[in-house]
Amino acid sequence: MAPTETPALRQRLSDTAPERFLFDRSERACYTHLAHSTCLGGQIADLAGKSVLLATGSQLTSGLALIELDRVARRITILPPDAAPEHFAPLIAGAEIDAVVVDIGSVSEFYDIPLRVPASLYLSAADELPAASLPTEWVMLTSGTTGVPKMVAHTLAGLTASFAAKPQDPSVVWATFYDIRRYGGLQIFLRAVLGGTSLVLSSAGEPVAEHLARMAEQGATHVLGTPTHWRRALMSPAIKKISPRYVRLSGEIADQAILDGLRAAFPQTGISHAFASTEAGVAFEVSDGLAGFPAAYVGAVRDGVEMKVEDGSLRIRSPRTASRYIGGDARLADKDGFVDNGDMVEQRGDRYVFTGRRGGIINIGGQKGHPEEIEAVINRHPQVRMSLVRPKRSPITGAVVVADVVLNSATGDAEAVKGDILTLCRDTLPRHKVPAAISIVPALDVAASGKLARRQG
Amino acid sequence: MSIKLTIMEQMAQIAREHGKKLAPLSDDLVLLESGLDSLGFAVLVARLEDKLGVDPFTASEDAVFPVTLGDFVKVYEHGAH
Repeated sequence: MAPTETPALRQRLSDTAPERFLFDRSERACYTHLAHSTCLGGQIADLAGKSVLLATGSQLTSGLALIELDRVARRITILPPDAAPEHFAPLIAGAEIDAVVVDIGSVSEFYDIPLRVPASLYLSAADELPAASLPTEWVMLTSGTTGVPKMVAHTLAGLTASFAAKPQDPSVVWATFYDIRRYGGLQIFLRAVLGGTSLVLSSAGEPVAEHLARMAEQGATHVLGTPTHWRRALMSPAIKKISPRYVRLSGEIADQAILDGLRAAFPQTGISHAFASTEAGVAFEVSDGLAGFPAAYVGAVRDGVEMKVEDGSLRIRSPRTASRYIGGDARLADKDGFVDNGDMVEQRGDRYVFTGRRGGIINIGGQKGHPEEIEAVINRHPQVRMSLVRPKRSPITGAVVVADVVLNSATGDAEAVKGDILTLCRDTLPRHKVPAAISIVPALDVAASGKLARRQG
Repeated sequence: MSIKLTIMEQMAQIAREHGKKLAPLSDDLVLLESGLDSLGFAVLVARLEDKLGVDPFTASEDAVFPVTLGDFVKVYEHGAH
């Protein structure tokens, strides 16, 4: 498996170039300063060897605490901002949590955990640091829609394997729409910290236009988010303020419409879409501007990653795969070490395209469809910015497909656009996948993970 | 437009969209012989909810099984009141 002899995160900060920062909406933290200061008051030593729940409200504070806790805590369990309070008790028990890091924005006081350590952005000098001990186990929560999230254990070596060997370009300024308390965001955070490059984070409740303006102000060169994040960004006039050298999409299916939309907005920019999951790690990145990925990737070993397709879903075997689930006895990989994330694919010519998630299938009188494959068709209409396809209960077929659509601009004849979209769907999709009804809506709900909020209908 | 006319218009439209031939519409037309299949009726019920603001089949506590087009229209006329 992955090598474990990597220095602690904090040790890497001491030789960082000056004037490199982590930014959020109101604060910034300088790496060289972080190397010898603490956000945990005088209590970092108390956390040595503990299983720590990281539960701050502030994303930036979480980042600072992660730097401090690596190689100090036995295990860090990172609580994402949208974790449901009713899941806290099983998570705390499952991960054998005996200490928690909180701040004034924490959603709970966590009084039942023996040791509570407050964190803040008011840093103090850390004179005596605990010695770096065994590698810390990093635990992330899956973003499944129902039930208690699974806890997925990684090592720092595994989390950083996809970029650890790549040369670091000191002129890079990262910016991300993702929260660093989820897999995609944590990747960027670690990449920035290990590379000594600045990172512009989002803040809770911040309007997209302000976030884009802050990216522009800090000269962001590499900007990352989900396709939904990017669709929203493209709806903001502030998109014109940024001029990244590289943009990347992951976390949801990148359809041709969003890839084309980004190409039109950023003609000179490297645009790629990646496939990664909390369990499987980063599997691949595609930068030819086309949706899906070359069929030749399946069955080959590329960059240490092997892929196969079984029962319609993509399976990944990779050195970056998580080590195991914490708590419970669910197996993370099959007997050969492949992880099945429930992402369904279909071969079309020399390409595989993602059609949706196994759990999201809509059953229309016995015939099945994925919301995402229908959305991909709707999104091809030039007046559509984004869409959500969902099942609607039907007394006749159990369910029919309906679509909520956000248009690029409110002007024009909504009924005519609906008719156009239906024609497009009828020309492209089998009859049962054509929406029975289309509603034009002003906006769609987005979850804290940056993905479209899908509800069971 | 009356409920009956709305229903008939939507049936004609869905038949066109689904490439089905619709039988001449009359009150005593048996629905199963109308030319629309179950997916067609599922779409019809979803569209009518959009147009009329009511889905009498899902809203009703009792199972309703209209046999003729006349029955089907009555279910909607009843549901709209």
